[in-house]
Amino acid sequence: MNISNQEYSELAKRISPPSAMYKTIPMAFVIGGGICVIGEALMNLYQYMGVGIDQAGMWTSMTLIFLSALLTGLKLYDRIAQHAGAGTLVPITGFANSVVSPALDFKSEGFVLGLGAKMFVIAGPVIVYGISASIIYGIIYYISTLF
Amino acid sequence: MLMEYVWAFLIGGLLCAIGQVMIDLTRLTPARILTSYVVAGVILGGLGWYQPIVDLAGGGATVPLTGFGNLLAKGVREAVDQNGILGAFMGGFTNAAVGLAAAVFFGLLAALIFKSGSKINET
Amino acid sequence: MAICEGKTLKFSNASILTFASVVGKTEGDGPHGDEFDEVIEDNKGDSDTWEQAEAMLQKKALTHAMDKAGLFPADMDLIFAGDLLNQCTGSSYGLKDFYIPFLGIYGACSTFAEGLLLSAAMVNAGYVDNATAVTSSHFSSAERQYRFPLNYGGVRPPTAQWTATAAGAAIVTSAQKPPYIRAATAGKIQDMGIKDQNNMGAAMAGAAYDTITRHFKHMGTHPETYDAVITGDLGQVGSDMLYELMLRDGIGLKRYHKDCGLMIYDRENQDVHAGGSGCGCSASMMCAHFLKKVQSGEMKRILYVATGALMSPTMVQQGGSIPGIAHAVEICNS
Repeated sequence: MNISNQEYSELAKRISPPSAMYKTIPMAFVIGGGICVIGEALMNLYQYMGVGIDQAGMWTSMTLIFLSALLTGLKLYDRIAQHAGAGTLVPITGFANSVVSPALDFKSEGFVLGLGAKMFVIAGPVIVYGISASIIYGIIYYISTLF
Repeated sequence: MLMEYVWAFLIGGLLCAIGQVMIDLTRLTPARILTSYVVAGVILGGLGWYQPIVDLAGGGATVPLTGFGNLLAKGVREAVDQNGILGAFMGGFTNAAVGLAAAVFFGLLAALIFKSGSKINET
Repeated sequence: MAICEGKTLKFSNASILTFASVVGKTEGDGPHGDEFDEVIEDNKGDSDTWEQAEAMLQKKALTHAMDKAGLFPADMDLIFAGDLLNQCTGSSYGLKDFYIPFLGIYGACSTFAEGLLLSAAMVNAGYVDNATAVTSSHFSSAERQYRFPLNYGGVRPPTAQWTATAAGAAIVTSAQKPPYIRAATAGKIQDMGIKDQNNMGAAMAGAAYDTITRHFKHMGTHPETYDAVITGDLGQVGSDMLYELMLRDGIGLKRYHKDCGLMIYDRENQDVHAGGSGCGCSASMMCAHFLKKVQSGEMKRILYVATGALMSPTMVQQGGSIPGIAHAVEICNS
């Protein structure tokens, strides 16, 4: 080959089309914002029904996760995500989709080693690093309370 | 009342748009975006910077995964106040319990009821 | 970097007797949808899993090819088959019930050209009366193995390609009637240092350039010599890169170039980003479209260059790059 890998990767970079950000970002904004508005409405609904604010938050999460699981099962969530990008990824519904979709998909390899074992194949790191970060914060916070 | 929805839409949309910019410019994989959002939420929540956003935007701040991170930080803080250092290991899962349990259980239910499907390519 | 020139194999006695293709719904809805022998409308048929569905595609493709020739499994001497799945399960499970001597091969999406090259060599050497190349790919099984669960809402960048749900089979015998296989050049592994697994076209373009350049040189041919130079699945990005690489040598390829990955879908209306890919993509397009044109004489001489990205998710996660490969097979009407 008469081209160095360096030159080649510059050529690849030049030719590869960038994402259509004029389209992807507004879509992510509108759909992601829309999901948050639904969350806000659920929050108000549960509080109106007389649930305390902390519990209303939990009910809201649970409802959104349920809806996401349902839409994932109906094969609609990934179809919306094709247009929404990060708009369906960043909300809690995206987390639920990342748990439900491998569960559905790996059912063919059995209920234990397939569905059960592979459920957190995408969401696993979220829990590992989220919980670990919170523990580190907790230790720092504890030390700070000593003084 | 209306303004609360406007703020939820704007802040929630903004958090998602930031994620989209990260995807488009850095080609980060989705799992990395999710992870960084949760960790960012823990850090912002720990510093006490996230709660003002929650107060302003409600669902706009709690529904994105940064809100989940904030929830973890909040749980740890409360647990440390009550139980000392042991609380650092308790609070996260306590506050994440409903979300995780719901994801696991509804995931299992969905997998039992539905079949995985091909993305039929339509416009 | 060029150390070895390699050889271009020349065949005097090899032709393709019959060929057949089977595709899924998205491919059936594409611009060449009516040229395939069979379209599986639900991509699954009566299979329980996507891996079984891919095996079924190979089984059906081979059956159609044998039916057209009036051959039975007992008449078949040898099969070269491959696919994208771990342990090449699409081939081994799809073809196990035929009890035909089987040699499994892997060259990622370049496998069909590899199969044709090996089949022609075996037939031309006189070891066997016929040898068959079969390959397949399936969107759903490939997605599961290489990327994300099917219903996961991951984001596909515009350089990503869509694995075709398709299979192709071609039975090679001694020279009887067109299309004749006249020559073939085996590709070298070219690692251009591309690490983005959503940009396979870029990972393969270098290999295509190397193989095409060597084939032209050994045969003394140019792009104009051929009715078409057909690459497997470079997609939009890889094709554009190939033109640039050829232009550096003063060769204008664009006018004579076709890419199966760009042809198999309607990229305006089907959301496939940079185009199709997969072992079955170029196999089905060759068997449904180009071989027919050469057979009828509408095309006299074509160069089929199937390209493969030898991508391993493990190596990519370990920070490795994606090597590419391309094999060229020259097919003529006379």
